[in-house]
Amino acid sequence: MKISLFVPCFIDQYYPGAGIGMVRILEKLGHTVEYPESQTCCGQPAFNSGYWDEARSVAVTMLDAFRDAEVVVGCSGSCGARLKVFYPELFHGHAREAEAKALAAKTHELSSFLVNVLGVGDLGASFPAKATFHDGCHGLRELGIKQEPRELLKHVRGLELVEMKEAETCCGFGGTFAVKFPEISTAMGEVKCASILETGAELVISNDSSCLMQIQGLFDRQGNKIKSMHLAEVLAHF
Amino acid sequence: MSTESVQFHHDADRLTHDLRHRALIQKALGGYYVKRDEQKAKYTDWQQARVSAAAAKYEAVNHLDKYLVELSDKLEARGTKVFWAADGPEAADYIASVARNAGVKRIIKSKTMTGEEIHLPQALEKAGLEVVESDLGEFIVQLREEPPYHIVFPSMHLTRGEIDDTFQKKLGSAHADTPEELTMIARNVMRRKYCEADMGISGANFAVAETGHISITENEGNARLSTSLPKVLVSIVGIEKVVPKLDDLAVLLPMLATAGAGQNMTCYNTLLGGPRQPGETDGPREFHVVLLDNRRTALLADAEQRDALHCIRCGACLNVCPIFKNIGGHSYGTTYQGPIGSVITPHLRGLQSWKHLSFSSSLCGACAEACPVKIDLHHHLLQNRRNAIAEKPAWWEKPIFAGFAWFMRRPALYRLAAPLLRIGGPLLHVIRGQFFDPVRLWTATRDLPPAPPQSFKEYWRARHAKR
Repeated sequence: MKISLFVPCFIDQYYPGAGIGMVRILEKLGHTVEYPESQTCCGQPAFNSGYWDEARSVAVTMLDAFRDAEVVVGCSGSCGARLKVFYPELFHGHAREAEAKALAAKTHELSSFLVNVLGVGDLGASFPAKATFHDGCHGLRELGIKQEPRELLKHVRGLELVEMKEAETCCGFGGTFAVKFPEISTAMGEVKCASILETGAELVISNDSSCLMQIQGLFDRQGNKIKSMHLAEVLAHF
Repeated sequence: MSTESVQFHHDADRLTHDLRHRALIQKALGGYYVKRDEQKAKYTDWQQARVSAAAAKYEAVNHLDKYLVELSDKLEARGTKVFWAADGPEAADYIASVARNAGVKRIIKSKTMTGEEIHLPQALEKAGLEVVESDLGEFIVQLREEPPYHIVFPSMHLTRGEIDDTFQKKLGSAHADTPEELTMIARNVMRRKYCEADMGISGANFAVAETGHISITENEGNARLSTSLPKVLVSIVGIEKVVPKLDDLAVLLPMLATAGAGQNMTCYNTLLGGPRQPGETDGPREFHVVLLDNRRTALLADAEQRDALHCIRCGACLNVCPIFKNIGGHSYGTTYQGPIGSVITPHLRGLQSWKHLSFSSSLCGACAEACPVKIDLHHHLLQNRRNAIAEKPAWWEKPIFAGFAWFMRRPALYRLAAPLLRIGGPLLHVIRGQFFDPVRLWTATRDLPPAPPQSFKEYWRARHAKR
């Protein structure tokens, strides 16, 4: 299958390992991977801040970038949900509504694509660590992804996965919310970090790097040694 | 920023640093989660039950014109007086006039958030009437002159010790240790008030159009006493409380109990059908139902967010909301706290004054998932944000997002971001958290990740160059 990669802007800038992991995994499975270089940002910061016209003008760049793609696979539940759930709403009644709907239909989040479309479980990865998984809210609730990452992690050799208390509670990142309401965002992050610490895990894994930026940012500031990794990086450890 | 927004930031910031508050609320809600999940597990299909409950409310809310008239006709047929109030002052004036005409001096009230919404107790006190709250939690916050902290658990923010202090100070009671002792203190005060009161005021959980019944659900028996002992009874009912059929309660009552308090059913479920009928020996001699709009029709007119009128005020969205759990109910400054309050308050009290509540969310969606009547809560927060910005964008923010969009539309320019980040990143680290740090709102409490040696785009280009 020819797969077009969707690498959200902050993963491109801050967490390229997640994108590279995705390339390695999909190529290992024998697929052809392409990366439309004209992609930038899905427009989520503007959309969530209420600036829908601005968000739409950015989203058009993405519609153009993926116009000819057969299948689009991205490594963020949140930005994936943007394309899959919110683009049809953003373009509702606009000239390119049909294209937005078409992009939504052919877009997948990585873990969901691997498990539900390709039917893969074991990627042959090995990663000896005690880890816990954090469900990014948009992946979990907008896209309904819960078991897929766990199914994939179950097969990683040496990885012991422990569930944290209230795994489905938000880490407090929330995009611009994190800087518009930093006190609330930080308090939410502290609660999440406490749940992670309680598990005794040395590693926190998520399918959303934005959540990990919040969690790691707090752990680093606290001087805590817990590390975070994107799901794709762990799965690409073969 | 509106004064409401300034106050919100101030109160929310204070509460997020109050670790005692955080632990108290976490513990209280931890108990609720266990009980709620036990009860949910008893449903054959909770999701299907949500669909049925939402369908009943959808039918009612989308045909309010029909069901409200039916409700009113059925109520009047048994001698109830129905008053249609456009807003709070109209409702309060009417109730005060009913009290005046019947020579009422003392009122016993059972918990009504609709009454809180229009500041009914305060309005009636101003009219010279004594108003005593009979719900234990509400009674406690009334003594403390605080608004309810939570739409279902009004005093969940208080410890037993604080309640004891309040009782000693306000009621002159002796020191009490146990919940039973504290309850007895309140009970002794209230029993007397029930007998003395000449008017009872209640809210409504549902109003059944088919049969003309006001449905009240409670755990303490206080609503039953408040609605049956005094000679005059007034029920204040938001117009969205109407449901088409009595059978609708078969799904709505257990769901309200489960979602709201982790109960199978609430202890007391009462249907009020009218005043004392000829030949009956008890019940109020006068029964008035006040149907309150108070801008609910404005929400009804918004097709996108009309389902917010499905709300059965169970509080489930508050209980799962990580914002609520960290800032507490009082920080909202609204009658309805948590996600539902953040959605509807801008409609009920003005978008520009209350839009900050819609922005104060990580949009995690736990609320919408918990809602027993399937209100699309977190998406409505997004719509409120869009509407607020379309109406009046922030002068400083509009150019930022215009610039953001301009930049992101130019992939060639975007490509320069990675090298710039590599230069700027270490510099940012040096000025971290200081006044001229452009991202200090992040770095005040959190570290930023170091910029990687290569962006994904650069990796991809390098890989292609090799091939």
